[in-house]
Amino acid sequence: MRSRIKLGPVELKNPVMTASGTFGSGEEYSEFVDLNRLGAVVTKGVSNIPWRGNATPRIAETHGGMLNAIGLQNPGIDAFIEKDIPFLRRYDTKIIVNVCGKTLEDYLEVVEKLADQPVDLLEINISCPNVKEGGIAFGQRPTGVFDVTQAVKKIAKQPIIMKLSPNVTDITEVARAAEAGGADVLSLINTLTGMKIDIHKREFALANKTGGLSGPAIKPVALRMVYQTANAVSIPIIGMGGIAIPEDAVEFILAGATGVSVGTANFYNPYATIEVLEGIEQYMKEYDFPDMESMIGFVRKH
Amino acid sequence: MIESTKEARPVKKAARVVSQEKIAEDIYSMWIKTDVARRAMPGQFISVFANDGSKLLPRPISLCEIFHEADILRIVYRVTAANTGTELFSRLKAGEAIEIMGPLGNGFDLSEKNKLRQVRKVLIIGGGIGVPPMLQLAKEFNHILDKHQIQLLMGYRDEVFLMSDFKDFGSLYIATENGSLGTVGTVMDAIDEFDLSADMIYACGPVRMLRAIKGYAKKNRCTCYLSLEEKMACGVGACLACICRSKEIDPHSNLRQKRICKDGPVFLSTEVEI
Ligand SMILES: Cc1cc2nc3c(=O)[nH]c(=O)nc-3n(C[C@H](O)[C@H](O)[C@H](O)COP(=O)(O)OP(=O)(O)OC[C@H]3O[C@@H](n4cnc5c(N)ncnc54)[C@H](O)[C@@H]3O)c2cc1C
Ligand SMILES: Cc1cc2nc3c(=O)[nH]c(=O)nc-3n(C[C@H](O)[C@H](O)[C@H](O)COP(=O)(O)O)c2cc1C
Ligand code: FES
Repeated sequence: MRSRIKLGPVELKNPVMTASGTFGSGEEYSEFVDLNRLGAVVTKGVSNIPWRGNATPRIAETHGGMLNAIGLQNPGIDAFIEKDIPFLRRYDTKIIVNVCGKTLEDYLEVVEKLADQPVDLLEINISCPNVKEGGIAFGQRPTGVFDVTQAVKKIAKQPIIMKLSPNVTDITEVARAAEAGGADVLSLINTLTGMKIDIHKREFALANKTGGLSGPAIKPVALRMVYQTANAVSIPIIGMGGIAIPEDAVEFILAGATGVSVGTANFYNPYATIEVLEGIEQYMKEYDFPDMESMIGFVRKH
Repeated sequence: MIESTKEARPVKKAARVVSQEKIAEDIYSMWIKTDVARRAMPGQFISVFANDGSKLLPRPISLCEIFHEADILRIVYRVTAANTGTELFSRLKAGEAIEIMGPLGNGFDLSEKNKLRQVRKVLIIGGGIGVPPMLQLAKEFNHILDKHQIQLLMGYRDEVFLMSDFKDFGSLYIATENGSLGTVGTVMDAIDEFDLSADMIYACGPVRMLRAIKGYAKKNRCTCYLSLEEKMACGVGACLACICRSKEIDPHSNLRQKRICKDGPVFLSTEVEI
């Protein structure tokens, strides 16, 4: 129980979560891992109405990572409430719903519909690089981040996590804006915008031309941004970006992350979440950390 | 044959290469020892992983042959270019380890044997690197129908492969685009040339070929199953990378879109738009 953490008012049994969009709503990976053991399941992004997403190909492999331009395909909040939430409620894990929208009203509609639902936290995705409107448009300017955060916070019945984009000049500016707007928690990083060209077909590898880079290749950038953000705000941070093995997660926690999310790694190691969890607990024993509190941000404090 | 394997959970684990040989230019045949074979069905695939941190995503490869009792799977794959994952696979030697995940996908459903026994003639079509998965299907149809009811039609661009493997399982027709063997042209040209007909069609191959077969099946009112392909990341239905368009709203996506890795790769030709 030494790995317990708190995200605002919500207590998680351990810091390991899934990164939105890489784990569906848990059903597929429940064939590989026991969802009861996860600190939380973070669902794929959900919008007010069903979204078709982008044309295929939607993904491309890159050195030590991948590009995706799924474009936030999702069944819409009504179907999500009907099927995904009841599925996850069968497990003893916290439910974090990732919310996306094209306009502020879209976000608020989803947040409102989730108000009386048995979910623990909302993660507001203002950082998706793969949709033309909304998403990242809100996440790149501090004033935009502040406005969305404040508007969502006003009506949300659950604590809110603002998910930040790394595609900015200064991550601390947007992080401070989210905190000022009332965010309970921050999560970062979303994917970095990138590109790949298929030289044999002589065309873009992705139908969307650009996509979001994720996986081990982005870890040093993500870690640096989590560290900078931890220095800039006093609310908890969920760190992600290339976490694949326990050592990666430990780095994020030592840099100042309270929780950690495993994303792309699930695709090539469906047991990654549990392996990361077990490794963190092992590390805590080995280095005599009695609780997560003593470990979070250790390298900043010492 | 294994029934009701739909409930079988996939696993990811190390398997062992039993042997590997080059069977045509850039085409390799690999036998691997793994208990994933026990629960596998024709038309299903495995994700194959390269032991190389720069190539993290799985390569989906169809099961060419399944030996349930011996725990052996055969895959036949094309090395697509230099410095690719498949090129790394082609260098593996007997005894070496290979990471796989499976069995994945729905496969060709042969569970309703009594219904399938009513079939007068089946036409099993493979095109290019879509040829391999049709071998296990052809084999299993030999437990359901008489050999003379099973027509096997394989199309290639130039060099043919797996011919001797197929010949015992039905009447074999070949089409090559360069005319090196059989009908000159595509599998559709071979259907015309030999006036092939069937009440049931199974096909895997390039989308152009599948489109033509879908049209043929519609015109001739035969039941037709197509195995589709798309770039994949998770292989298990979670990431939504591998979608295709469907005729009806799909219960999972709540859209006219299905996941090829999870809802497929095998679809009724009438349920997908290709
Ligand atoms: C369900 C299914 C079954 C398949 N069965 C076979 C088979 O039995 N034999 C065979 O030779 N090929 C098969 N393929 C195609 C095979 O997956 C690709 O040729 C292979 O992934 C290419 O990898 P690479 O390392 O050569 O290329 P790279 O260029 O290194 O691949 C880069 C990335 O793109 C993906 N990719 C590239 N081409 C394709 C493609 N055509 N389809 C899907 N992903 C692709 C790779 O998986 C990898 O993630 C199948 C594809 C699917 C979807
Ligand atoms: C296929 C895919 C889909 C994603 N979908 C979402 C999404 O719906 N909402 C979101 O906030 N982030 C989404 N992300 C971003 C991840 O949650 C995560 O922030 C990012 O991938 C970095 O972590 P990783 O390197 O561990 O994957 C997606 C990432 C991938 C690879
Ligand atoms: S590859 Fe992830 S849903 Fe099919």
